[in-house]
Amino acid sequence: MTDDCTFEFYTERRLIVLTGISARNLDELLAGLETVGGSSIFYHTHQQYLAHHFEKPLFYNDFALWIAEALQLDLLAERLAAIDLLSFSSIRALREEIIAKIRGFIAENPDNGRTAPPGDEFYFSRSKSFVLPTGNIARDPADFFRRLPQVTNESLFYHFFEARLRLERNTNDFSRWLADRGETELAHEIDSLDPYLRSLDELKADIIELGAKRGWH
Amino acid sequence: MALRLEDYAGVIGHAVVDEIRALAGHVRGRRFKNINSTAVGGGVAELLTRIVPLLTDLGIDATWDVIKGNQAFFEVTKAFHNALQGKPETITDAMLETYRKTTEANLRAMNLDADVIMIHDPQPAGLIQARGNDHRRWVWRCHIDISNPQPKVWDFLQPYVERYDGAVFSMPDFARQLPIPQYMVPPSIDPLSDKNRELDEEEVRCTLERFGIDPGRPILTQISRFDRFKDPLGVIAAYRIVRRRFDCQLVLAGGGATDDPEGEEVLEQVREAAAGDPDIHVLELPPFSDLAINALVRGSTIVFQKSIREGFALTVSEALWKRKPVIGGAVGGIRLQVINGVTGYLVHSPEGAAYRALELLGNPELRRTMGENGYQHVKQNFLVTRHVEDAVLLLLALDHPDEDIVRLW
Repeated sequence: MTDDCTFEFYTERRLIVLTGISARNLDELLAGLETVGGSSIFYHTHQQYLAHHFEKPLFYNDFALWIAEALQLDLLAERLAAIDLLSFSSIRALREEIIAKIRGFIAENPDNGRTAPPGDEFYFSRSKSFVLPTGNIARDPADFFRRLPQVTNESLFYHFFEARLRLERNTNDFSRWLADRGETELAHEIDSLDPYLRSLDELKADIIELGAKRGWH
Repeated sequence: MALRLEDYAGVIGHAVVDEIRALAGHVRGRRFKNINSTAVGGGVAELLTRIVPLLTDLGIDATWDVIKGNQAFFEVTKAFHNALQGKPETITDAMLETYRKTTEANLRAMNLDADVIMIHDPQPAGLIQARGNDHRRWVWRCHIDISNPQPKVWDFLQPYVERYDGAVFSMPDFARQLPIPQYMVPPSIDPLSDKNRELDEEEVRCTLERFGIDPGRPILTQISRFDRFKDPLGVIAAYRIVRRRFDCQLVLAGGGATDDPEGEEVLEQVREAAAGDPDIHVLELPPFSDLAINALVRGSTIVFQKSIREGFALTVSEALWKRKPVIGGAVGGIRLQVINGVTGYLVHSPEGAAYRALELLGNPELRRTMGENGYQHVKQNFLVTRHVEDAVLLLLALDHPDEDIVRLW
C-alpha cells in the first residue's frame, strides 16, 4: 500500500456474483448461511453502506431487512441488526454469530414457521472485488487531509471496512498509517469512529473534521 | 450523445471517472464483441448505443454486431421472449427448427473473432455452437426475467446457455440455477440523454401547457405503456381518493398501444375511467418522445409506478434521477429503486398509493428530502457509468474466475 512515508489511496470496485442459493424461510436461510462463502456474509452485512452512502436505511444488514420485511419477524431482525460488527475481526466469527442468533430464536420460537411470499425470497449474492491503486498518494498527514475530500466512497469503504474485517487487519488503514507517522492520538480518534453507525458521507465528514481541528484541510 | 467517459465527470466526479479508467487499463485492447438481435428499438439496442462508444473510449476494442433473420425467425423469438417470461405461448417443434436454421445461417456468415463475446438475450444464444478449444470467452447477457419460463423453451435453450463461461442477469430474482458463474448487472439510465438531461423551467412549463396541464397545480404522473400490469385504473382510483382532499391533476402517459391489441383495450378502459374529468390527462405518446417525457416528469409533483407485475422498471430510476419521490408497486425491480420511506413508498393497493400521495402532497419538505435521496440512490447505483464499469469488471472477472478479491497491481 505505501512505502515507509507515503499513503497511497487504494480503491475497490465490485461485481456482484449470484450464488444460486436462496431461502424462503429461516431453515433455508440457516442452510444458506452455513454454505455460502465468507464474501457473501461480508456482502450482505456491508453492501448497504456503499449503496446508501447518503442516508440510513432501516437495516444495514440484508439478513435483518429480509427477516423483518419478508418474514415479519421483527424481534429476530432487531437482534441481527444489533450485532456489533466492530467487535468482529473475522468474517468466520461474524457468520457464527449470525447463525447462533437465528438458532437461538428458533429454539425460543419453535413454531415460527413463516415463509416468504413468492417473489420475496432471499437471494445470497457475493461481491467479487477488484482492488487497485488510485495513484493518489499523500506525502504526510497534512497532504493526506488535503486529498481526503476528493477520495471516492469506494476508496473510503476499502480502507475502513474491507481492510479491517475482510482482510483481517486490526484497524482501519488510515489509523495504521497515521500511527506509524507518530500521530497516535489522531489515529486513535479515527479508530474510535464507528463506521457502522454513520453513513459513508458522514464518516468522511467526521474524519475530515478531525484533521481540520489540527489545521489540516 | 456522450462518447467519452469524461463527459460524465460533472455527474459522477472526476475521481470515479479516473478509477474506472484505471480499471479499464488492465483490459486495454481486449476485443469485446457484443451481439444482439436489433440495431434500433428496444432497451438492449439503446444500451449498446451508449456503452459501446464509452468502452471504446476506455481503450477496449468494443464492437457491436446484429444477427440476421427473417420475419419467421423474429416471430419465433418474440414467442420465446414471452414464453421465457412465463406468458402463455404455443411453441412448436417447427419453431425450434426455425431457430436452429437461422442460427446456423448466422454461424456461417458472422465474424466471431474476438477475445470475449457477449450474447444478448435468447435470439443469438445459439451462436455458442461456434465455441471451440480456443481463447474466446463467451458470456450470455439475459435482460429479461426467466425465473419462471415455459418449460419447452427453457429446455431448448438451456443446453446452449450452459456452454457459456458466464451469464449476467439484471436481478437475482430473474436468474435460474445454472452450472456456470452468474453475475448481477442491473439496468441503468443515461443522465445525459434527452430522456434524463437537465431542462430549463421554460421548456418544462411549455410542454405541460402544450398538453393542457396546468403547471401551477400539483401533478401526479405515471409514465408507462398502457398495459394492465401497470395498473393505470388503480392509479386513477388512487387519484380520485387524493382529489377529495387536494386539488391536483393526473397524467397517464404512454405509448405503443397502436400495435398492441391488448394495449388498445387497456387504453380504451383508461379513457372511459377518465371521461368527464378535465384534470385527468391520458396521453398516447408517439415514438421518440423522450424530451416530452423528460419534461412531463420534471414538471410533476409525484411520480407513480404502481405496477402489479414488473420487470426492472427503469422508469423509476428516470423519475428518481429528476428528484421526484416515487410511489411504486412492491414488485420486481421497483423494490431495488424505491427504498421505502427513503426515496419514495412501496404500496400494494390504490388506497395505499393514495395514502402516500396525500402524505407527500401535504409535506413539501418530505418531497424535497425524498427527491434528493432518490437522486443520490440512482447516482450511486443506476447510471450508465456504473454499467460501463460492470462491463469492464466482467472482462476482468473472466481473467480471474476463482478469486473473490483480485489485486490489480
